[in-house]
Amino acid sequence: MLEIRNLHAGIDGNEILKGINLTVRKGEVHAIMGPNGSGKSTLAKVLAGHPQYEVTAGEVLYEGKNLLEMAPDERAREGVFMAFQYPIEVPGVSNAQFLRLAYNEQRKHRGEEELDPLEFKDLLKERAKVVEMDASFMSRSVNEGFSGGEKKRNEILQMAVLEPKLAVLDETDSGLDIDALRVVAGGVNQLLTPENAVILVTHYQRLLNYIVPDYVHVLAGGRIAREGGKELALELEEKGYDWITSLDASKTGAGAPAN
Amino acid sequence: MMVTELVKTENQYLTAFRSVRELSPTAPWLELVRSGAIDRFEQLDFPTVRDEEWKYTNLAPLAKEGFQPAVARADAALASIERFTYPETTGAHLVVVNGFLREDLSTRMGLDDIVAIDLFSAVADARYNKITRKYLARNANYRDNGLSALNTAFLQSGVFLWIPKGVKLETPLQISFISDTKVSNSASFPRLLVVAEENSSATLIESFVSNGDDSHFTNAIAEIVVKDGARLEHYRLQNENRKVYHIATTAAELGRASSYDATSINFGAQLARHDISVVMDHEGAECWVDGLYVAGANQHTDTHSVIDHKQPHCTSHQLYKGILDGNARAVFNGKIFVREGAQKTDAMQTNKNLLLSAQARVDTKPQLEIYADDVKCAHGAAVGQIDEEELFYLQARGLNPELGRSLLTYGFAEEVIGKIKIDSIRTQLDEVVLNHLQAKLEA
Repeated sequence: MLEIRNLHAGIDGNEILKGINLTVRKGEVHAIMGPNGSGKSTLAKVLAGHPQYEVTAGEVLYEGKNLLEMAPDERAREGVFMAFQYPIEVPGVSNAQFLRLAYNEQRKHRGEEELDPLEFKDLLKERAKVVEMDASFMSRSVNEGFSGGEKKRNEILQMAVLEPKLAVLDETDSGLDIDALRVVAGGVNQLLTPENAVILVTHYQRLLNYIVPDYVHVLAGGRIAREGGKELALELEEKGYDWITSLDASKTGAGAPAN
Repeated sequence: MMVTELVKTENQYLTAFRSVRELSPTAPWLELVRSGAIDRFEQLDFPTVRDEEWKYTNLAPLAKEGFQPAVARADAALASIERFTYPETTGAHLVVVNGFLREDLSTRMGLDDIVAIDLFSAVADARYNKITRKYLARNANYRDNGLSALNTAFLQSGVFLWIPKGVKLETPLQISFISDTKVSNSASFPRLLVVAEENSSATLIESFVSNGDDSHFTNAIAEIVVKDGARLEHYRLQNENRKVYHIATTAAELGRASSYDATSINFGAQLARHDISVVMDHEGAECWVDGLYVAGANQHTDTHSVIDHKQPHCTSHQLYKGILDGNARAVFNGKIFVREGAQKTDAMQTNKNLLLSAQARVDTKPQLEIYADDVKCAHGAAVGQIDEEELFYLQARGLNPELGRSLLTYGFAEEVIGKIKIDSIRTQLDEVVLNHLQAKLEA
């Protein structure tokens, strides 16, 4: 589904990703972990097409197509979804209006008929159960005045409505208390199917207690320093990121490009 | 050449004024007011950019144009008045064409408890002579304002709205002021006097529109008196054609514990200027002075507001938002005075502007003058563009950039539009703000 080859990217002329290789097949859950500044969020934003990030080398194939050539909205309509680390507030636009608009844009893109407000209301009610959100959230402006946890739940609600093929969750666990984490993770688990895939970007192992990854990739210095199964996350939790970075330094000491 | 033209302009208004006197004789006191007013106009003329209050709005082109004052009621039929009607009024709709109330086009369903008649006739009517004399030209000062003077001099019709004590008007009353531009290059001077007596309540929609696409000069005044305990909800919608010069004054005075909720929406005209003032000279009054201006290519829109807290325990809320595209130009000047002794004043003013193009420009100037020490006052102004992070967020949900920008613009305007209690007005405004999104946003 997703094939990242030798991806180099950065912002304002600073290279952050220095050659990422990653393959994601449908039905898989991948965790991207790493210390602050390792490039995890950059990877998420590059996949979503954030305009401030510049890709300097490499390629990303999504269902065989060149993802990097697609505009952010085109990627979304093709089924790529990013849950934001800091969801944006959109004053004056209700959650329901926004979701219906986004949902219908996608249906139009697939050549399907748009849903009218009543039809959509039923669908929304159904999907809102996934993240245990009540109706009052639907008439409120998108994310405006939402607590941190509510914003994250709202991201997963959007995911539930849009049903992406590839979801990239950028630190969706950050700032969540244990109850909210359970709800959010439970929501994601309900949305997993053999036909879609999820990339979890996270700093902490605790999210992975709830959403169990098939693969764990640890980023350090803009590269994947280590890969493994879910047990790698536990090892990390125990030994800390210093273990990876020191490993990374000793391993790549000779071959690393001079800065 | 220039000089000849200027002389000609002055003459055209002065000449027309002689016809006013001949065609519409009136009570001696109003004759005095009108001739006093034309004298003031002769002395003051149109304001120029040297006048601080007109620094950013240049009326020289207007002064030069040969607009001919409409001095007689036309009886031409007007096609489909319904297109200007808001259904919530359920037939309470007065129609004023080029300043003259047209009984033949007006409908008066549900207005039995109030008086809604021709202002000029009311002056001559023994029942209303006293009240019109007391309140006419009281809040809209013509002595130091050339444009108000011009409107006052041409007082030949207009609307007098009197809501008696304790009367609660159930349905909104609409007054449409139509500029009939088929009468080519004409000038009109719509005038409205509203007196809401003690503990009455009403909703008023003033709608300014054009019939036809040609040029016109509208110079309108609304004077509003809200007495003790009365409530008035006032919508003012200006959507004249893009060749019209629209100059207007709204001047309100509030009684004890009264409430005045004004929402002014400006979309149309090539040049629109609205002066709105609220005087709170009795304790416990509360007002909302909100507005939205939307201007595109070659449009200029200017709002000047004055909120005058003269007595203690009054509250004022003000939110004005502007959306500017193309080479549009906007001016917002909001003054709040808190006079000596006006303790426990609560005054809040916000002006926010959204620029959708690099050529658009706004000059905003909030002004707070406080002469009391126990007050709560805040004001702020902001000018910004579409936020790129917000736009990316919408794009990441599949909205193309154009749709995303429209949605964000809609959201920006919604803070003002959303408070409007009349559905058909809200729908119409949503449509104007983003016509192509309208159908999709009913959720």
